[in-house]
Amino acid sequence: MAEYKKPTTEAEFAANFHPKKPLMTDTEAYYESSRCLYCYDAPCINACPTGIDIPLFIRQINSKNKDGAAKTIYESNWMGHACGNVCPTEELCEGACVYNHSDVKPIEIGRLQAHATDQVIRSKKKLFRTGKDTGKSVAVIGAGPAGVSCACELRMLGHAVDVYEAKAQPSGLCVYGVAPYKLTNEEAVDEVAYLQDQFGFNVHYNKPVTGRADFENLEKVYDAIFIGIGLGGTSTLGIPGEEKKGVMGALEYVEELRMKHHMTPVGNKVIVLGGGNTAMDAASESCRMGAESVIIAYRRGPEEMGAYGFEFDLAKKSGARTLFNVTPVEVMGNGTVTGVKFIRNKAAYGKIEAIPGSEFVEPCDMVLLGTGQGKQVELLEQVPGVKLEQKSRILDDRGRIVVNEHYQTSNPKYFAAGDAVNGGVEVVNAAAEAKKAAHGIHSYLNDRKG
Amino acid sequence: MADLRTNLAGIKSPNPFWLASAPPTNSGYQIMKAFDAGWGGAVWKTLGVPVVNVSSRYGSVNYRDKRMVGFNNIELITDRPLKDNLREISEVKKRFPDHAVIASLMVETREEWHSIIRDVENAGADGIELNFGCPHGMCERGMGSAVGQEPKVLQTIVEWVKEVAKVPVITKLTPNISDITRPARAARAGGSDAISLINTIQSIVGVDIDNFVPYPIVDGKSTNGGYCGPAVKPIALNMVKNCAQHPEVDLPISGIGGVENWRDAVEFILLGATTVQVCTAVMHFGFGIIREILPGIERYMDEKGFKTIEDFRGKALPNVKHWEDLNLKYKVTASINESKCIGCQLCYTACEDGAHQAIALSSDPTNRIPSIIDENCVGCNLCSLVCPVEDCITMERRDDGKEHLTWGERTAAGNIPKSFNDELAGGLHHWVPEPAAALVTKKPRHYKG
Repeated sequence: MAEYKKPTTEAEFAANFHPKKPLMTDTEAYYESSRCLYCYDAPCINACPTGIDIPLFIRQINSKNKDGAAKTIYESNWMGHACGNVCPTEELCEGACVYNHSDVKPIEIGRLQAHATDQVIRSKKKLFRTGKDTGKSVAVIGAGPAGVSCACELRMLGHAVDVYEAKAQPSGLCVYGVAPYKLTNEEAVDEVAYLQDQFGFNVHYNKPVTGRADFENLEKVYDAIFIGIGLGGTSTLGIPGEEKKGVMGALEYVEELRMKHHMTPVGNKVIVLGGGNTAMDAASESCRMGAESVIIAYRRGPEEMGAYGFEFDLAKKSGARTLFNVTPVEVMGNGTVTGVKFIRNKAAYGKIEAIPGSEFVEPCDMVLLGTGQGKQVELLEQVPGVKLEQKSRILDDRGRIVVNEHYQTSNPKYFAAGDAVNGGVEVVNAAAEAKKAAHGIHSYLNDRKG
Repeated sequence: MADLRTNLAGIKSPNPFWLASAPPTNSGYQIMKAFDAGWGGAVWKTLGVPVVNVSSRYGSVNYRDKRMVGFNNIELITDRPLKDNLREISEVKKRFPDHAVIASLMVETREEWHSIIRDVENAGADGIELNFGCPHGMCERGMGSAVGQEPKVLQTIVEWVKEVAKVPVITKLTPNISDITRPARAARAGGSDAISLINTIQSIVGVDIDNFVPYPIVDGKSTNGGYCGPAVKPIALNMVKNCAQHPEVDLPISGIGGVENWRDAVEFILLGATTVQVCTAVMHFGFGIIREILPGIERYMDEKGFKTIEDFRGKALPNVKHWEDLNLKYKVTASINESKCIGCQLCYTACEDGAHQAIALSSDPTNRIPSIIDENCVGCNLCSLVCPVEDCITMERRDDGKEHLTWGERTAAGNIPKSFNDELAGGLHHWVPEPAAALVTKKPRHYKG
């Protein structure tokens, strides 16, 4: 039944994880860019969280000014290449393309964007000059999309930047958390290297900031601190048997997959718990790793899943099956998982209600939890004077860093953006917020000087 | 069923679609292949004293991803010996006796003209086309457009030709002249049986901006070429119309310039052409384009009830007037079909920046459908031309059709603006925003700063 054969070599892995949006050739980009209407006040621009002037960069590709196209992209979004690949463009720019209203295929904006940025990354051409040295320095915690974007923008403004990264590689979830058919490690790392080369910020790898003492030390050395630490590991379900061998977080599974490729073990029968985009990714990925059967199990019906429609479609196309309106109550097995006991639900007044006596066990040898990432509350509580959202009625909001419109926290020296602030959205949101945060830091440093 | 047979000054062909004298008619092989595919006639690549050519020879104007919307060449007349061409003309005529084979000729002296005319007639050519149009290379040697641009010289050579020619003579005109009817009238005065136009337009199609040399490039250098292809069709149509309408020209016309499909051909015929000649489209897509052209024009003729080409030849000519004879009382304004609008707002920006500020945007930013400000709309068409959706913006008639007044009539009645600030200025009461209003308008997100 499996659509994919278990990959045993790097080549087979690459074939199973063939890019969803492969790089465009020059000819393809030329033809596609020719289709753009160059709309007035284009809806695609307004649909992009970073507000890239999309018709402009497409026109630049068409007039064979790819450096110009890349510059237009990066001026608005320092994660231009990553976003071209991983953005849910169907929901953003491409979803807003006016062609959708005349049943014409929307412009492939994401692929055109990746095409333009890929050219400059490979040519290593410097497109930007850093700002005049201000003598100020900023510590950036986390080399993910938020941290890197903030670092680039701060360098444009003339501030020195040191980035502290807990892991061995930059780019955060772009390397450790995005499905391999969306972006390769090389692409993600190359983009950060390209930016780093251009802007000359330092990145200290394997240097996690772990507690109050670290923060206090940073405060002594730097004029401002930016927190771009993202979220933590997958939250637990709180049901019996969760600790059994064979149960792991979907995000942790993706991370292993990104690092080990075809060497990553996969179960024969996989159950993915959750209805979000990470759950869909995990399902698509276990299919591509050659699992015999992959089931997405979700508490409610398909229409209530948090995942984008196109992500769900991809999971189904990869071979995943679905089990809706079921709640996991216990992970079965003697040390190693052998199945998940579910209870069926029915909807009642917008809430779900378990149907008594409807329990059943779905056998499996691997469970992936797509139950969302937890917040790094314990670490964030160590930051002097930085308040976290406590009282929100929305559970997911609790533990988010509270910031003002300049992305400044309740401790004026600290700024924050990205998943740790917005609760976990897209790379493009982190890039947009971090850019604004850099300007917030800039004003803060200027005001202090004056 | 439509009858496509044509007779241009005695040259008969099964249909009006001829290959123009150009690379596709360089050899008997190509012409046989074309006739086999369905073409009705061919004007042989110009014969004369064989030339020596350069490489490269062609340049192209591409519009976005559309290639060769304009095309230019610096190739000269035939580089093959006359005897080879004559032998192949005979072979083609033997195999396709009912198809038109026209020999294009370009030589210098009266003796050469007489000699080569006898040769091609003996080979079986149905007609002769005098190449007075080539605007590159040959004109430097006193031939081609150098002749076409001097009506007196042109007339003299036509007279030489007519001294011996037994088959019909077509004079091919160059468009590189201010009034196309002057050489056309000279051709008639010299006794030409028909004219064909247009030859190529002197051109530079583009410049290599890295090496600072125009295309096509010959060892780092270039020269002007002859321009043709779809881009020149409007110029050709106008010149065909000028010749067709001029009472002193009064010659059958073979229309040339950017014909690619049946619609193009119908346009030339409606403006007076009896046959059309095709080159660039064949150089781009091959002889096979005739598969689209023949059934296309047959369907058109059947639908309109035209039995022969003559039934609609020149049918648009009475509707081509001087500007001063157009009805000033006729009024159209634009209308946007909201159900078709996709919200690109190209009409808005075109009208706002390029016309008369007669299109407004909704104050609700979620509604991207623009609206026409009727009192500002001058009915210029621009919005309907830029709109990417078929039939979304249409021009609707607003006058009642009862009034008719032309500039000519107003002039005769003395009812026209005469001074710089005349109250009769057509735009006197048109609303125009104050200049400074341009600077305070709410700017869209793509306006930086």
